[in-house]
Amino acid sequence: MEGLTLSEAEQRYYCDLFSYCDTESTKKVASNGRVLELFRAAQLPADVVMQIMELCGATRLGYFGRSQFYIALKLVAVAQSGLPLRVESLNTVKDLPLPRFVVSKNEQESRHTASYASDADNPASYSGVIPPPPGRVQAKKGSVSHDAVQQRTSTDQESTSPVVSPQQSPPTSPHTWRKHNRHPSGGNNERPLAGPGPFWAPFSEAQPGSSAAGDPIWSGHSPPPHQENWVSFADTPPTSTLLAMHPASVQDQTTVRTVASATTANEIRRQSSSYDDPWKITDEQRQYYVNQFKTIQPDLNGFIPGSAAKEFFTKSKLPILELSHIWELSDFDKDGALTLDEFCAAFHLVVARKNGYDLPEKLPESLMPKLIDLEDSAVVPVVSEVGDQAGEVGYSSSPAEAPPSKSPSMPSLNQTWPELNQSSEQWETFSERSSSSQTLTQFDSNIAPADPDTAIVHPVPIRMTPSKIHMQEMELKRTGSDHANPTSPLLVKPADLSEENKISSSVKFVPGNTVADGYSSSDSYTSDPEQIGSTVTRQRSHSGTSPDNAAPPPPPPRPHPSHSRSSSLDMNRSFTVTPGQQQAGVVAYPPAVPPRPQPSQGTGPHVHRPVDAEGLIAHTSTSPQQIPEQPNFADFSQFEAFAASGVNEEEEDEIETHPDVLQAEKPSDSASSLRAAKTEGRVEDKAATSVPNNTGKGTTPLAPPPKPIRRRLKSEDELRPEVEEHAQKTGVIAAVLASQPSIPRSVGKDKKAIQASIRRNKETNTVLARLNSELQQQLKDVLEERISLEVQLEQLRPFSHL
Amino acid sequence: MAVCIAVIAKENYPLYIRSVPTENELKFHYTVHTSLDVVDEKISAMGKALVDQRELYLGLLYPTEDYKVYGYVTNSKVKFVMVVDSSNTALRDNEIRSMFRKLHNSYTDIMCNPFYNPGDCIHSRAFDNMVTSMMMQVC
Repeated sequence: MEGLTLSEAEQRYYCDLFSYCDTESTKKVASNGRVLELFRAAQLPADVVMQIMELCGATRLGYFGRSQFYIALKLVAVAQSGLPLRVESLNTVKDLPLPRFVVSKNEQESRHTASYASDADNPASYSGVIPPPPGRVQAKKGSVSHDAVQQRTSTDQESTSPVVSPQQSPPTSPHTWRKHNRHPSGGNNERPLAGPGPFWAPFSEAQPGSSAAGDPIWSGHSPPPHQENWVSFADTPPTSTLLAMHPASVQDQTTVRTVASATTANEIRRQSSSYDDPWKITDEQRQYYVNQFKTIQPDLNGFIPGSAAKEFFTKSKLPILELSHIWELSDFDKDGALTLDEFCAAFHLVVARKNGYDLPEKLPESLMPKLIDLEDSAVVPVVSEVGDQAGEVGYSSSPAEAPPSKSPSMPSLNQTWPELNQSSEQWETFSERSSSSQTLTQFDSNIAPADPDTAIVHPVPIRMTPSKIHMQEMELKRTGSDHANPTSPLLVKPADLSEENKISSSVKFVPGNTVADGYSSSDSYTSDPEQIGSTVTRQRSHSGTSPDNAAPPPPPPRPHPSHSRSSSLDMNRSFTVTPGQQQAGVVAYPPAVPPRPQPSQGTGPHVHRPVDAEGLIAHTSTSPQQIPEQPNFADFSQFEAFAASGVNEEEEDEIETHPDVLQAEKPSDSASSLRAAKTEGRVEDKAATSVPNNTGKGTTPLAPPPKPIRRRLKSEDELRPEVEEHAQKTGVIAAVLASQPSIPRSVGKDKKAIQASIRRNKETNTVLARLNSELQQQLKDVLEERISLEVQLEQLRPFSHL
Repeated sequence: MAVCIAVIAKENYPLYIRSVPTENELKFHYTVHTSLDVVDEKISAMGKALVDQRELYLGLLYPTEDYKVYGYVTNSKVKFVMVVDSSNTALRDNEIRSMFRKLHNSYTDIMCNPFYNPGDCIHSRAFDNMVTSMMMQVC
């Protein structure tokens, strides 16, 4: 192909035409369909068209590349001017008018072309009809909508004062628009964007200078769909001069647009919006917006307060309702103020609205405020790059291609923002949810916050395995160096739970070794028998509070026969202090006392023995009670001797109670059995001595068995000093003491209390058992007597019944 | 899902009222109107305490055989009244609260709009959309 030189106007024109034909936005190939339509619109004979196509090489290539297209256009111009079609005519013909493409319906295209060319070429060759000003366009509504639009678009530009456009209400003009152009986003590239520019100038308080400078000569492409309506809020004639140059390019493009659009089905185009973002702000537009922003707020990073924005936009004469909607769309962060981006978006929407485009329901992506504040670059030199820009814009800025002036990050931001916007709904809900947690009514949606300060609502896992600390504590306990501290907390819990725990549980389970909690293996326990009480209590407490404990406590081993319970400190002390003296509270535990969870047991008796509560609670009191009996365990021989010697010395009741009590409190089975035997023996002895006494004894226990026992206990307390004065007792006690294994002092008084109560219970049991046996015996006797009597009766009775 | 949502101004005139269109809307209007008395009563009951201590959510104002009426009042004495179908038993108090919260947020957004004069009727599309989402989807 020979080199083709085009004039500036031609260049622009051809570029626009090419973009129009470039339906696939390839920028390389013009679609054949469009090209053919275009050629048809050129009103050339078909053969000429064929010739042109051949000449430009399209037929050879099979498609219309840019160069082919340009050549073709040039040839069309040549043909239209009547010159023969020759390849060499492309460059030789000077002052060739621009090719005319006529739309069948509208002759105004010719006008457009005329106007288009008027700037560059001699308008004389054309009809040079100046399109009527926009205002009068209304009359031509009859024509195709786009035509009307085109009229409107083009006219303004040609008019000397593009700014001066009748202040027509937007809704009226774009009437027909709306019919076809429901979606502003739909392929509006072909709509010439007359550009909102100039009319904004007036927008302000007529600042011709500044506004003129900023007048966006919107190359009108993209966006707001058809900015054919240059609505002007105020006339600023001075601006027209400045607009002369800019509008030229703009107008050219717009006319081209109109031409192009005229020839094609707009509806189809509208659908294919893939390469057109009608809401995109062009550079000029943006610059204009920025300048307007500056008039209100000099700081570009600052905000425009709502009131100022309201005033500003009210000047656009849009209805308040629409302005309100625009505000809703553009105030992205809903703060009642507009940032630069928000302002530009709002401005853009107003422009669109002014030009008749419906406001979108949601903010278009391209208008969303950018996440990163873009620098408002200097105004892109329009003059030099008109062509390119036109071409570019002609492609209607396919989404993949960002306007050169905008930062490359914008499209990505635009894309990301909508997602964020969509997720903002979710954000809202989350915030709503979180704020709703202020009340606890939403317990179903919120789990109670795991706030350590709040009371634990759900079970908290407790320590299961012993730690070093626990081991240390255990050691401490063992050594008994510090019996108070380690045990007191343990005992406190048991005290609380004693009621719930099985006080009379016969399970002598050995609780885990852990001090604090948990059920550790009983392995470690066995080595720490003295820890039983505390650990047991611990365990019990935890079982109560932490239902989610994994394993139940392992079954405790059989109680040691050895006396594992440490005697109370005081007892030991007292024993050691007064080995030979029987003091009130000094009694030695019998070595045979099995280990028992003392705290629970200790309080058990409390429950059962309310009468003796005061006596029972006090360890000193209980222990002494137990102690006197213990010697019996230890040394039954002594007991017997004692019984033999001491029975008569004291009151029978007391003696009886005493041994009874003593025996009852012996927990060991063997001791109890012995005890029972001895008791019975003693009872029998007593019976021998004084039957009524025994019977009385037997009967008295019958009535309120426990009470007499309690009374015995009480009396025992009273008698304690007397009892303990026995040398034998003291000896026994001393022996017991000596035989006592070293009991860790850590065992507290509670343990003893529990043990004491246990013993008392046992004592009661044994007493009752004895009574039972006695009564059974008596019953038998009585029955025998009865039988004998009946037999006698039978014998004596006359044979009356016979 | 409500059958009727209304926004009442401080002076007890409606700023916005919208019902499910199938029913007799006038009935809902009347219901909302009568519920205002209950709202005022609740406000005055708590009025002794400071305003900021007052709970915004008023809860169930009164139930009828067909529906229940819930109320919510803002610190500026703008009331939101929501009529809910009684048959919708799945609707819990929490959900009502969240719906009121959304209403409140949308209302706040409207107030931020400088083109909205307090006291005007609400014509915001965003608000409409939000209310539509909360209304019962009647086929």
